[in-house]
Amino acid sequence: MNETTPSQTVGPFFGYALPYGDGPRVVPEWHPDAIRIHGGVFDGAGEPLPDALLEIWQAGPDGEVPRAVGALTRDGHDFAGFGRCGTDAAGHYWFSTLKPGGPTPYLALLVFARGLLKPVITRIYFPDEPGNAGDPVLSGVPPERRDTLVAVREHDRSYRFDVRLQGEQETVFFAV
Amino acid sequence: MSDPHPPYLHPPYQSTPLRAPSRPLIVPAYGPDAVELSSPVFGHSELGTFDNDLTRQHRGEPLGERIIVTGRVLDSSGRPVPNTLVEVWQANASGRYIHARDQHPAPLDPNFTGAGRCLTDADGRYRFVTIKPGAYPWRNHHNAWRPAHIHFSVFGTAFTQRLVTQMYFPGDPLFAYDPIFGSIADEKVKERLISRLDMDTTVPEWALGYQWDIVLGAIPAEDS
Ligand SMILES: [Fe+2]
Repeated sequence: MNETTPSQTVGPFFGYALPYGDGPRVVPEWHPDAIRIHGGVFDGAGEPLPDALLEIWQAGPDGEVPRAVGALTRDGHDFAGFGRCGTDAAGHYWFSTLKPGGPTPYLALLVFARGLLKPVITRIYFPDEPGNAGDPVLSGVPPERRDTLVAVREHDRSYRFDVRLQGEQETVFFAV
Repeated sequence: MSDPHPPYLHPPYQSTPLRAPSRPLIVPAYGPDAVELSSPVFGHSELGTFDNDLTRQHRGEPLGERIIVTGRVLDSSGRPVPNTLVEVWQANASGRYIHARDQHPAPLDPNFTGAGRCLTDADGRYRFVTIKPGAYPWRNHHNAWRPAHIHFSVFGTAFTQRLVTQMYFPGDPLFAYDPIFGSIADEKVKERLISRLDMDTTVPEWALGYQWDIVLGAIPAEDS
């Protein structure tokens, strides 16, 4: 019997240690198929979090789980599928990545922050995907809250996804 | 097995009331899928030579008590997790972070950044050489001080079991006053965050050694 090590908050002082230059750049912005996912992280008073850390992990365009090395030092060629971005002073984050393949594309998202004693776990789905209607995870979410899991298309290659930690429009978080 | 993790809402830690989710978490209908049950792959070529030795990242040696911190990353059934990324960050010996927002009026050390990383070996073992971090004050409540700690980030085999936590040192008199350490109610569970002084890890006439194993949470079966 092994006893799980409990979580503790990432705290306020990770900024010089965890974020790295190409963290948000899962693929370079000039990649012909690059999409941009960006948004804000907000607390229960609607205030932006300037000290949150977001991580995405996702399937590649072929729908497969990436097995390539290169999430820390991007080589601009292999798709490593992992991205990390700290929010800026306005609570904003961004990623440049590829849209995952498969019937219901989504990005797994973890958010860490001071005041979060453990991360929140959620998914970023894409709008206008026929697969969303039949997706077992989305379908398991109360209908009035499903929108919180679906990014908003801004233009063809840009999507907005806000994370609301608490309150009326609180993002759906998963227990897994 | 009961949930070892602290709750989101722990009012004595004053950053939690506005940041803790207030709605119940949703258990995904068919459990996590292949993406969530896997984790990114990291390679040795991505790391620098001195990433795991925080005392050799600058021209001179940092001030403070040199220590070795090592242990194994294990999955929930006790199997070592090899080749997984472990990242650490910490205050210097004076209790000061290099982070721009740290306003504690204690000296910075030009020879200490306080950030390191390594990949676990075939036995799941990580090892860092560093200096013992100092306790530091924070503004959570009047006269609030954090016990000395090293922040750890561990990937493991499943993204949803990814762990960010803090390692403490044995016998710290500040434990009783810290609402972050105290966010875990069960004394036995708290102890899992405390490293152990180990004379076999200690290198005579050079550095004290501390052992601390990290056990990741169970991965739910795909069909559960
Ligand atoms: Fe800290």
